[in-house]
Amino acid sequence: MDLMFYIVSAVITIAVVMGVVLLHVAYITYFERKILGDMQDRMGPMEVGYHGLLQPIADGLKLFFKEDIIPSGANKIIFTAAPILVLVPALIGFAVIPFGRDSLTIGPFTFNPIITDINIGILYILAFASLGAYGVLLGGWASNSKYALLGGLRSAAQVISYELPLGLALVGPILLSESLSMVKMTEAQSGGALKWFILVQPIPFFIYVISAIAETNRLPFDLPEAESELVAGFFTEYSGMRFAFFFLAEYANMILTSCIATVVFLGGWHAPHPALEFIPPILWFLAKVYCFLFFYIWIRATLPRLRFDQLMGFCWKILLPVGLANILITSIVVYWLRS
Amino acid sequence: MAESQLLEEKKSLPLLRTEELLVNMGPQHPSTHGVLKVVLTLEGERIIKSEPVLGFLHRGVEKLAETITYHQFIPHTDRLDYVCAMYNNFAYVRAVEKLLALKVPDRAEYLRTIIAEVQRIIGHLFWLGSQALDIGAMTVFFYTFRERELLLDIFDDLCGARLTTSWYRIGGVERDFTPKIIDDIYKFVADFPSKIDEYDTLLVNNRIWLARTKGIAYISAEDAVSFGLSGPTLRGSGVDYDLRKVAPYGAYDKVEWKVPLGKNGDTYDRYYIRMEEMRESTKIIKQCLDQLPEGPYLAYEPKVVIPAKDRVFTDMESMIYQFRLFTNGFNAPPGDIYCGTEAHKGELGFYIVSRGGGKPYRLKIRAPSFIHLGAFDHMAKGYMIADIVTIFGTYDIVMGECDR
Repeated sequence: MDLMFYIVSAVITIAVVMGVVLLHVAYITYFERKILGDMQDRMGPMEVGYHGLLQPIADGLKLFFKEDIIPSGANKIIFTAAPILVLVPALIGFAVIPFGRDSLTIGPFTFNPIITDINIGILYILAFASLGAYGVLLGGWASNSKYALLGGLRSAAQVISYELPLGLALVGPILLSESLSMVKMTEAQSGGALKWFILVQPIPFFIYVISAIAETNRLPFDLPEAESELVAGFFTEYSGMRFAFFFLAEYANMILTSCIATVVFLGGWHAPHPALEFIPPILWFLAKVYCFLFFYIWIRATLPRLRFDQLMGFCWKILLPVGLANILITSIVVYWLRS
Repeated sequence: MAESQLLEEKKSLPLLRTEELLVNMGPQHPSTHGVLKVVLTLEGERIIKSEPVLGFLHRGVEKLAETITYHQFIPHTDRLDYVCAMYNNFAYVRAVEKLLALKVPDRAEYLRTIIAEVQRIIGHLFWLGSQALDIGAMTVFFYTFRERELLLDIFDDLCGARLTTSWYRIGGVERDFTPKIIDDIYKFVADFPSKIDEYDTLLVNNRIWLARTKGIAYISAEDAVSFGLSGPTLRGSGVDYDLRKVAPYGAYDKVEWKVPLGKNGDTYDRYYIRMEEMRESTKIIKQCLDQLPEGPYLAYEPKVVIPAKDRVFTDMESMIYQFRLFTNGFNAPPGDIYCGTEAHKGELGFYIVSRGGGKPYRLKIRAPSFIHLGAFDHMAKGYMIADIVTIFGTYDIVMGECDR
């Protein structure tokens, strides 16, 4: 009987988390358009619903009813599988994100604010994030278009390169918290903003932010989909729901990287000061994630795009050595403090 | 530079089979600035050869000119470089006036200069917005269009049209400034330098912008001259040649201004020059407005100049001239004439062959966009495919003028 209650509550938790995440993915496009509009002296979406609030839904419906086109020279199986291969790893990472502190018990059911707390949480996310690169590469390859091929190649090179500094940036906080579990990492930062890892590890935080922007293919690192030279990069040939999958995956990845940054560097669901703990932890978590997302959009409105060789040079010549040096220094300091 | 480097790379990898990639970029590519098609030969991401293919927007404008009178051709010049209709009008009416040896009243010269410089600012704003957008800085685009909108509203007040204006007339201009237009231009000129500084805050100190523009699409001064480049594209290489200074027209010799020059002949220098030119243009406009003389805005030359509308309805003589001008045109003296004008893209020239009568025997347009595309392969060779849009942008190409 207990097992059944457990399964039911787990399924409900998964459904709620995925539903909420997808809702946020849809509405982050709305926020992006509104914030960009505000920064660029224009209105953004205004027509559908009050101040354009229903715009994401209208966009979704439009894409859903579009004709599903597979180019004649494309490899059908890979072309169809690629969008799924991109979207699933983006969503699956949310399984180990601790959104809040307190469990909710209703009758025999217990709902946790995290789908599952596995002891290798952060490795799990990194492992699945790498799988997304396959979808992009295969999607570009299977389209049988030169623009898509160039976009896919660029993207694969970029994502693989930037995964290294991204992983290295996370090693510092892992050393400090002595755990790979997302919950343990959050708990290691309890006791106010001064305990957050962003203050102890500021350089990895910057490396993480830069790599995360590159991982999610956002400006100024949006070369795989650089519309000015490669039309739309790897998804040039995609339309309708398949295009929507790529689009959703990009925004889901944005939210996922923001969640990781919140957990690892910004103290997760902890309040910045113990006196502010009367505000529910889940709200603190959301506020931090949204600050990070706002930063993404702000960057997009401000910066031009880097060139491909400059991007790779920046990764291998600057981010990687700095990340390695940071690991070395952090481990020496941690060892020295403990002995 | 890149070719020798590539050859070395090839030698070091003898077992790898490599193949050049041929990409047809355009004519319906989102960022080739209209319907330009470029056939690119790529080695990896590097451009080996690029070949512009023109003619997708060919309308036969030059041939059309042979069948209509000189007056009737003015609206057709609007459609050449549709971003800057005023300057095309200006270049054309100057050529015809040179053919007729027609003297334009002082006030008309000042009015023409003011509007031509307003048009230059519009052209440079349009260029800046699209170049920045191509490189990925999307906000600059909206900022420049905000200011462009104010200027287009002035055009709207002036002649009722925003893009295809046809405000210049052979012998002067179509109508005078109203006090409101003068106020609006004064207001704009006072405000505009701070707006240029605003664009600069987003771009000029931005490391990514510098990395994307410095050293890109380099052309030496000698090559620039041999390819016949003109305008900011030529001055970016440090060649001091501006028709407004070399062969002054309008009121350019009566006001104080400088010709900004580049040093390195790269995209950044051409960007810098255009930004400085906008600052100089505001100075020119302000001084012209201050000095604006009183007097007629259209030359009194009844056999050539279209009479004012209110006179046509009340005065018999004017009506006869109106009828003559719109059925036969005026009788131009035989001869051929070339007249170049410094439009914001470069030297826009009209070559007119007349055998007498009301229509040109032959009319040839020297369009800067077309001449600049001749140097495309030379300037694009060896750069990355990501630079190709920067190179499109740095010429400031408008295909309507290029294909004619």
